[in-house]
Amino acid sequence: MITLVRRSAASRRMAVAAPVAALLVTILLNLALYTVMGKDPRAVFYAMLLEPFISWPSFSEVLLKMTPLLLIAQGLAIGFRAKVINIGAEGQFLLGAIFASAIPVWYPQATGPWIWPSMLVLGTLGGALWAVIPAFWRVRLNASEILVTLMMNLIAVQLLAWLLVGPWKDPMGFNFPQTVMFQWDAMLPTLIPGTRVSVALLLAFAASGAAYLWMQRSFGGYQMVVGGLAPQAACYAGFSQGRAVWLSLLIGGAAAGVAGAAEVAGPMGQLQRSISSGYGYSAIIVAYLGGLHPVGIVLSSLLIAALAIGGDNAMVSAGLPVSAVEVFQGTLLVAYLAAVVLVRYRLVRSGVPA
Amino acid sequence: MTLLSLRGLSKTYGTVRANRHIDLDVAQGSIHAILGENGAGKSTLMKLIYGVETPDEGTLHWHGKPLSLTSPNEARAQGIGMVFQHFSLFETMRVVDNISLVVPGTSRALAARIRALGEDYGLEVDPLAYVHALSVGERQRVEIIRCLMTDPKLLILDEPTSVLPPQSVERLFITLRRLRDRGVSILFISHKLEEIRALCDRATILRDGTVTGTVDPRDHDARALAQMVIGREMPHVTPPEGKAPGKVLLELAGLDHRPDDPFAQALHGISLTVREGEIVGIAGVSGNGQGELARLISGETRRHPQAGAEVLMMGKPVGHLGPAARRRLGLAFVPEERLGRGAVPEMSLSDNSLLTAHGLGLVRRGLIDRAAERRLTNDIIATCDVRTPGPQAEAGALSGGNLQKFIVGREIALAPKLLFASQPTWGVDIGAATAIRRRLADLKAGGTGILVISEEIEELFEICDRLHVIREGCLSPSLKVSEIGPEDVGRWMIGAEGGKAA
Repeated sequence: MITLVRRSAASRRMAVAAPVAALLVTILLNLALYTVMGKDPRAVFYAMLLEPFISWPSFSEVLLKMTPLLLIAQGLAIGFRAKVINIGAEGQFLLGAIFASAIPVWYPQATGPWIWPSMLVLGTLGGALWAVIPAFWRVRLNASEILVTLMMNLIAVQLLAWLLVGPWKDPMGFNFPQTVMFQWDAMLPTLIPGTRVSVALLLAFAASGAAYLWMQRSFGGYQMVVGGLAPQAACYAGFSQGRAVWLSLLIGGAAAGVAGAAEVAGPMGQLQRSISSGYGYSAIIVAYLGGLHPVGIVLSSLLIAALAIGGDNAMVSAGLPVSAVEVFQGTLLVAYLAAVVLVRYRLVRSGVPA
Repeated sequence: MTLLSLRGLSKTYGTVRANRHIDLDVAQGSIHAILGENGAGKSTLMKLIYGVETPDEGTLHWHGKPLSLTSPNEARAQGIGMVFQHFSLFETMRVVDNISLVVPGTSRALAARIRALGEDYGLEVDPLAYVHALSVGERQRVEIIRCLMTDPKLLILDEPTSVLPPQSVERLFITLRRLRDRGVSILFISHKLEEIRALCDRATILRDGTVTGTVDPRDHDARALAQMVIGREMPHVTPPEGKAPGKVLLELAGLDHRPDDPFAQALHGISLTVREGEIVGIAGVSGNGQGELARLISGETRRHPQAGAEVLMMGKPVGHLGPAARRRLGLAFVPEERLGRGAVPEMSLSDNSLLTAHGLGLVRRGLIDRAAERRLTNDIIATCDVRTPGPQAEAGALSGGNLQKFIVGREIALAPKLLFASQPTWGVDIGAATAIRRRLADLKAGGTGILVISEEIEELFEICDRLHVIREGCLSPSLKVSEIGPEDVGRWMIGAEGGKAA
């Protein structure tokens, strides 16, 4: 019989080894699955896991996809470590996109270098404002932020749909639910010529640096971590739980909002229904896969983005169904959650229990 | 005739010998008290009898035959029932539904039996009422009825009166006497001596896991019983001489507080002052309101904005302020629970220093100064003799006593004006405990006002200038340590003292 025994201290070696092992197990399991499905596992492996990294056009798409995931996940992870579980990044992302679109929709003729930065600022505000509502109710009435943020997502989707079929619909758009195409000055400058990668990637890395400073070095971040690990100790030391809830949700909302703004002002170039493609939810997986650590999240966002691009590749070249990528993501998360247990516990083989 | 007989029962948890060679005989049709301080081994003994735990050695005879129990189910089948201090009832269900979970039968038949039992024993309760609508006394009656449904020969009651208001206590006693008269034996766990004298035929006294005597409580007065419970010969201590106490640092004047948690002890009319350069102790059996009082003083329980003046600290009203604001005024606090309250188990000792000592230059422009943090932690480890591999060790990996030394050291390092320590030497070995007491005395000599909550009367007599005794949420008047003896404290602890104030 094998039993779990708690380690006296978390194992740093395991903290690094666990995600790697989880990834290897996931790859093996899924390749076995593809074989059973009658696909050539080598072709899938190449299209899904190698091509995104070795082909430059693919890799630039990976970076593009990584940008919103990285931004949102860094914001969410801060809240998760304070045990404020914000499931509402999707809605906060949409609100960020909506707020940012206000400028090009209302002033389509405006020109000037101030436009795209103002759109990012507006997007940040929009995402944060959407998070104000769950934060208020959590602090005021102890309403579960998990449920409130989740429901706010549904409202955000409907708000977007109404804008696109109503007041913000492009009058020349043949009744498609989308806004006008944004003017040149409402688009983020491109970072790498010849690709769609914009300065938002720099912003995401800057946000990662800020998250590192805040969570690993600052006293404010420390207070939030204490509140997450031992609420009684936070209360004893006089760290305000309400402040932690507000900060968690506002930071998470702001990060998701700016990601939304960068998406409409970047690859999209207009506000549409499909601007998100589930970034707000994928970012939750990214945050946990990264161990809620700012450095880990950089790696996990790269991995999840590469999987998404690689999955598309595999669909085209190896005939893999759409759901196969989701199965891969799901397997990865389950394998990771199982593996992280070994960070704090070790396996002990024991005979008959005494 | 002897119903239950224990011989040489022992139980050890790790290094703690909770029960040592317990001999106990419970006669049929008697009310037998188990008396002792908290931690004397009462609960362990009851768990052994009820089959929750199995003894390491010793035998248990039931009706003269040897019996070994491995689960409460077996105990119930043999006719042993137990009512725990905290009830296990589903509040959203009716009385009869709660009982039908353990007793077979239709609701209608059960309701009839509940009514019949109620009339027989004075346990009136409406079987169709919802539990959440019942008072504490009524809920206890439901628990007792549930036990009686299985027709027990022995009923174990764990501190049944601790949750009851005085008028319900008398009703409970009538019920228990009726049960005894019909041949049911009762094991009655309590530390309230007057109740035991009023109710019980026999009393077995436990101290440090061993039986120190079995007496007829009616032959002894409460004072003599208290002596047996507290037990040890009190060392003669000279009260510490000090400067005349200075300014008032902490003042509570007639504070009333009813906590949200129904199992928490309400506080009534608490009046207390602590001055510069004195140590004030609060004695009492735990669970009499110490935890609630501690939270009110530390600020973890905040009162409404108008109640600021109910707690005065360094002369300022702080009743409505949280712990951070009170700490800024110069309060330091050692809580009763170390893991999860006084320290974060998953964090290193260094990071745990930061928890309350962040004001000592450990944070600069919002960023943590890791070097300063490590220096302070090393200081605490050295001065308090904390046994640990180093400041990087996780707090959760330290033994209880070592962590206690660390927390006390950290709070003393804050150089507080007012230090409030709850059970400062609990679980600490004798040498370290003496060291902690000496440091408290040094602080006092330096003008710090100190408030100590402790269950150890010896400790309080050794270090305190004045004492209060807390009992059922009420605080005794201030007692000068130089003018009283441990027996006086014992009398206040059990409520035998009423009027006399020092």
